[in-house]
Amino acid sequence: MVSFRHIRQRYGYSVVLLKQLVKTDFKLRYQGSVLGYVWSLLRPLLLFVTLYLVFAKFLKVGSAVPHYPVYLLFGIVLWNFFGEVTTGSVGAVVGKSDLIRKINFPKYNIILAVSFSAIINLLLNFVVIAIFMIVGHVGISWHAVLLLPLLAELFLISLAMAFLLSALFVKFRDVSYIWEVLMQAGFYATPILYPLSRIPYHRVRELMLLNPLAQIIQDARYVLVTPTTTTIYQEFGGDKWIWLIPISIVLLLFVIGALYFRSRSKYFAEEV
Amino acid sequence: MQDDIAIKVEHVSKDFILPHEKVTSVKGLFTSAYQRRTKTKEVQHALKDVSFEIKKGEFFGIVGRNGSGKSTMLKMLAGIYQPTKGKIVTRGKLVPFIELGVGFNPELTGRENVYLNGAMMGFSEKQVDAMYNDIVAFAELEVFMDQKLKNYSSGMQVRLAFSVAVKAEADVLIVDEVLAVGDADFQRKCYQYFKSLKKNKKTVVFVTHDMNAVREYCDRAILIDRGNITYEGDPSTSANEYLKMFNTVAASETGRKDSKDRWGNGVLSFHSITSEVKKDELIIRAELVAKEDVDEVVVGFRIKDGTGQVLTGTNTTSSSYNNFSMRQKEKGELVCVMPNIFGNGVFTIDATARHGDGVTIYDNWDNAAAFSVIRHEKIPYAIVPRTTFELKK
Repeated sequence: MVSFRHIRQRYGYSVVLLKQLVKTDFKLRYQGSVLGYVWSLLRPLLLFVTLYLVFAKFLKVGSAVPHYPVYLLFGIVLWNFFGEVTTGSVGAVVGKSDLIRKINFPKYNIILAVSFSAIINLLLNFVVIAIFMIVGHVGISWHAVLLLPLLAELFLISLAMAFLLSALFVKFRDVSYIWEVLMQAGFYATPILYPLSRIPYHRVRELMLLNPLAQIIQDARYVLVTPTTTTIYQEFGGDKWIWLIPISIVLLLFVIGALYFRSRSKYFAEEV
Repeated sequence: MQDDIAIKVEHVSKDFILPHEKVTSVKGLFTSAYQRRTKTKEVQHALKDVSFEIKKGEFFGIVGRNGSGKSTMLKMLAGIYQPTKGKIVTRGKLVPFIELGVGFNPELTGRENVYLNGAMMGFSEKQVDAMYNDIVAFAELEVFMDQKLKNYSSGMQVRLAFSVAVKAEADVLIVDEVLAVGDADFQRKCYQYFKSLKKNKKTVVFVTHDMNAVREYCDRAILIDRGNITYEGDPSTSANEYLKMFNTVAASETGRKDSKDRWGNGVLSFHSITSEVKKDELIIRAELVAKEDVDEVVVGFRIKDGTGQVLTGTNTTSSSYNNFSMRQKEKGELVCVMPNIFGNGVFTIDATARHGDGVTIYDNWDNAAAFSVIRHEKIPYAIVPRTTFELKK
């Protein structure tokens, strides 16, 4: 019989453990570096400066988009969150092999710890975006509230992939290389650098927006930065049911990822 | 499950599949797919249909030789491995001490590691705050807590880990030879902790090679050999059965090969060395073969305990048996009888045959034979001389 006390005990342990894992990860992340946490902000900023110079100044990609710098930075930050959770998780289970072999604990905490660290990073990056918005006179509307469900969706798809990849990596070590390449390809297949309107074919634009990450980034830009960006809703001619497709993909991936991780996690101790 | 049962193990088997060539890449999965059916996978049966129960408040021992499956059993009790067949039901909170200091990170300070290790055992920060001073005092590391763990000596690390471990509030503790590490002072603390566990009627599952500890602490024990339980019940009997398994292990071998354990010029060599344990006597028989004429031969034996510590020794000179001579191709049996003053345990015998000059070694054979002593008294010492007491007033 599973009593209430049992449930509290079980998840109480996870909460305690998770807190320490996230803390440790944060303490160790910038160990020995002079600038420390500042790198959390500097890394996306430097990437942003590079991409901004190349794409906005030389190639003039974003000239049609209002507030292009903020638009670009916001896209990069959201994409980087996805990248940090997934690439950080791929080797996370194997990286914690010394723990797994010595003690029994709910293994999903390893993945949650990686994603919570990424959330903290994301929040720090939002501070930078807020500064850019103030400097760039980007007006904010009540639409910004809609950012929350979008971030939840982003968190969910990041977790889904993290569960799937980390469990696969225990058996197949080439998952990390494959994922590295896929992330590179994904960065260009998602309208982060360029406005979607630069893609000349309607069908291709539709297809690209069915990718949950493209949908999330475009919708997030719509509600926070500029309503002139192309969202999935507009591309499919104002059909609000279209949102069901990317959301179903996210939910489906999450169920698959979580179930696969759960079924494999029993054997992590023997396989890592 | 009855109320007084803490752990119930029902028909548990554990197999490890050891592929001869492990497929760890996706390419390997495809390229080897067509031949996989023909490839034989080696299945290692670590445990075969094992069942037992551990009662609440019981100090339960698991003994067995290396590779017998006892560590696998322990990991399954701790939930780290899943049984291939059967099931294990545990009741209450279970804390494994399979290793001390789980989660310790060398880059963190001692203080941070206490919190981290505490979290692994299920303690929230608030709970660790409350016991922090106790832990530090018990580890005697007050001055070092803000230093990084990598600057600690290994002894300090173990002390810190143990100090956190003893705080574990569990219904069932699983202990795997924690006692094997640390200096004498630390071992004393461990024993005290064990005694307190026993006094507080905690359920403890204890795995060890130390039969004296089994006799002293355990209420019940099982002996595991090659994946099966070969004895269950009285700890003393388990310990005895365990020790008996060693009688045959180091049975002397014929034919001489130079190795780390065996060296010498071979002019005179041991053909075999056997030992016989009687209640009051230990008899060592050494068969000798001479290749050439030898005189002034000295033969000696050293007796070591299970850890390799030399306990005692004797030779033909010190026992004022005259040094002897042997002709070419001559064979002989030297019989050495000494009083059996040994306590419970496994002992090994080193034998040496040398010339009286003390320089020429004919044959030195370490660990040439082994014997075990099983006594009815629970005496935790290697040597038990016959003693008498008398109170004079």
